[in-house]
Amino acid sequence: MSARRFSTGPAPHLPAPLTVAGVMRQVLYALLPGIAAHAWFFGPGILVQILLASAFALGFEAAMLKLRGKPLAKFLGDYSALVTAVLFALCIPPLAPWWISLIAMLFAIVLAKHLYGGLGHNVFNPAMVGYVVVLISFPAVMTQWLPPRGIAEVSPGLQQTLVAIFSGTLPAPLSWDAISQATPLDTLKTGIEAGRMVPEIRVAPIFGDFGGLGWEWIANWYLLGGLYLLYRRVISWQVPLAVIGSVLVLSLPAYLFDPANNPVPLQHIFSGALILGAFFIATDPVSGCTSARGRLLFGAGVGVITLVIRRWGGYPDGIAFGVLLMNMAAPLIDRYTRPRVYGT
Amino acid sequence: MAAIKARAQDRTAGTGMTYPELTRQTRNAGEHLHHFHGGLRLRHNKKISCTRPVERPPLPECLVVPLQQHAGGPAEAVVKAGDAVLKGDVLGINVEQRSARIHAPTSGTVQGIENRPMAHPSGLVGPCVIISPDGRDQWSSLDTLPDWKSMDPQTLSDRIRETGVVGLGGAVFPTAEKASGGRVANVHTLIINGAECEPYISCDEMLMREHPDRIIRGSCILRHACGAEKIVIAIEDQMGAVQRAFETALEASGAENVSLVKIPSIYPEGGERQLIQVLTGQEVPLGSLPADIGLVCQNVATAAAVADAVLEGHPLIERYVTVTGEGIREPRNLLALIGTPVAHLVTQCGGYTEAATRMVVGGPMMGYALASDQEPIVKASNCILVMTEDQVTPPQDEMPCIRCGECARVCPAQLLPQELHREIRNNLWSEAEADRLHACIECGCCDFVCPSQIPLVDWFRYGKDELRQQALDQQAADLARVRFEARERRLERIKQQKRERIKLRKQALSNRSEQQKKVAAAVERASNRKSGMTEQGSEE
Repeated sequence: MSARRFSTGPAPHLPAPLTVAGVMRQVLYALLPGIAAHAWFFGPGILVQILLASAFALGFEAAMLKLRGKPLAKFLGDYSALVTAVLFALCIPPLAPWWISLIAMLFAIVLAKHLYGGLGHNVFNPAMVGYVVVLISFPAVMTQWLPPRGIAEVSPGLQQTLVAIFSGTLPAPLSWDAISQATPLDTLKTGIEAGRMVPEIRVAPIFGDFGGLGWEWIANWYLLGGLYLLYRRVISWQVPLAVIGSVLVLSLPAYLFDPANNPVPLQHIFSGALILGAFFIATDPVSGCTSARGRLLFGAGVGVITLVIRRWGGYPDGIAFGVLLMNMAAPLIDRYTRPRVYGT
Repeated sequence: MAAIKARAQDRTAGTGMTYPELTRQTRNAGEHLHHFHGGLRLRHNKKISCTRPVERPPLPECLVVPLQQHAGGPAEAVVKAGDAVLKGDVLGINVEQRSARIHAPTSGTVQGIENRPMAHPSGLVGPCVIISPDGRDQWSSLDTLPDWKSMDPQTLSDRIRETGVVGLGGAVFPTAEKASGGRVANVHTLIINGAECEPYISCDEMLMREHPDRIIRGSCILRHACGAEKIVIAIEDQMGAVQRAFETALEASGAENVSLVKIPSIYPEGGERQLIQVLTGQEVPLGSLPADIGLVCQNVATAAAVADAVLEGHPLIERYVTVTGEGIREPRNLLALIGTPVAHLVTQCGGYTEAATRMVVGGPMMGYALASDQEPIVKASNCILVMTEDQVTPPQDEMPCIRCGECARVCPAQLLPQELHREIRNNLWSEAEADRLHACIECGCCDFVCPSQIPLVDWFRYGKDELRQQALDQQAADLARVRFEARERRLERIKQQKRERIKLRKQALSNRSEQQKKVAAAVERASNRKSGMTEQGSEE
């Protein structure tokens, strides 16, 4: 009987149920409803921004992989740069000029990601690094938001959007004064600072039932995508629960004691980037905490910082700062939240 | 068995209970079911090998019986080339307590003792007794102990030791040692482990279906040998046929204080420590044995082997082996002689399918790949699993860890595999030790769910070896330092003594010279006086 030879390999000898690319793809799929809602309320700008950011991100990713002598196909195919680009694009005004994406992706992919060692080694969430760099550097551009469908008098079409993004100026007869408008959170913040009461501010047509008009629907679709990710176990439940929970726990008593100066908690949750942040940004595993208890603390930290910035800080929303600040705290939190090992 | 580490006043870190308290807590084993952390619900794939009855394949042309089939060192051969042996004759004796005897699986002639690959993960070769069967399959004289109930437990332990019975669940620890250890530790419950949690493997399930009476008898003998009061037989909730078989057999046997418990099938529930957690809600303290908290675990096949050893006088020379997988034409269970080449069993199962690409000994989660089908079945071989290309090809190359934490979610030891992996990769050994790398049971759950396809268990084995080696090096270094310091002290002492001797000598010498000076002075004085006198005299 002649011996038959077999290839060997380490256990487990079963087909792997998960891949990195698969996980990242799931995140992208889960964002689709929110993106569609965004395009519905604010026009095609978001789609152009996603394409632009993706192109820059992949370009920088490829260049850095080449410089670092890493296999291009393997790492370009993991979709991680795409996730960074899409999450960034979802945070910026739809008509922001093209170089905003360029600068942001330069900082996100080259500095925040590859200079720290590439996939799996970045300390900070790359999308948020890119976003915060342009937010701080170009505040005027970054606050030119459009009013949502329903209250917009004129909304730019695809051609006008392209002209605006690539030339940086609006084609006649549009003008920034005519089409741009403060976001609901911005309106609320400036209103409160001007000494007006929340119920009084909230009569403005830009507010919807509990969040901003349009914004609340986009947040609903992000929520749906986030629940899908939870169902598919792509993200853990601790972070979104802790982000939303901490915002609720802090804003509810504030609202009950002083409803004139504090909005309803639901307003906090369904406006700005809170739902997007809770399910898609703060859940980035690489730059977040890794133990279950650590993730609860991490999410709670993001929620608290966001709320503090919204209430007392210089920016209308604070989730990006919350995530970056908690990124810094993550290793320390991880150190003190190790689970008890079996039998110890 | 290792020395019993539990001391009455020690408190276990997790519960804060002392060992006697913990031992009391585990008395209710099986009354309520509990959870263990993590684990996986895997597709069972057991049915494919359970549809055909268990058969005994014809004798192979040649049997290769490794002398190392168990924990501890290899057995020492007591036969030589040309010897005629009968079925059940001793081929090798154990030279240390933790090792076990090896017996002839059939009658025939010893062709020689050669170094052959012996079904080891690293393809290690070792001494094997090669036997060519004479075809008569004639038993050597058998000594049965039908009156085991009235016998001294030590006599039973000795019989179990002489018949080479080892744990057939995978750890191949000598059963007699475990029983004696249980007796020393005064255990109260014997857990019979029928939770065969790895996919594909069905040898224990078939044994439980076909021979529940032998398992029950063997369990009662083991209970007597280890001094326990009651028996808990744990089976998985998906084993309906097994449950019915056991219930009938239990009624027929009239055995007392035996309970049958169904537990949910979650991998790796068949692991000793996980099974104990499910049955008692308590954890075995890290570094301690189940016996330290009043429990002894034995596999169902081990219990059946003990029944054969005591009631029939049969040594452990055969076992149920599952031959299965998508790479096998007719998957089934076989009653195979130890030493049968794997290829011979595959032939009995219709041979390989076209797509067969990987041969695994054990289950898909913890088994190891065999390079050749000529290697023999040993006492630990519960399953021969042949898988196909698409089942074992990873979907991508290894990627960096993205810290997703899936590994920690499924880890039954509640470790953070992602952190341990980082620490081992970066040689952060004290951190890895502080994060309890040694608590890893190598079940492969983390490895399976890792989206980056990192071979985590391989890293952990390497890390554990490295830590063990470092501990040994440290011991050696400590010993060397102690010796060096002792030598230094000795040399210093010798020097000191030498110095003191010299000092004494010098003193003695100087004393002597003093005396000599005194003598000389006296002599001088005397001579002076003499010459004075003469001078005086001459003056006179």
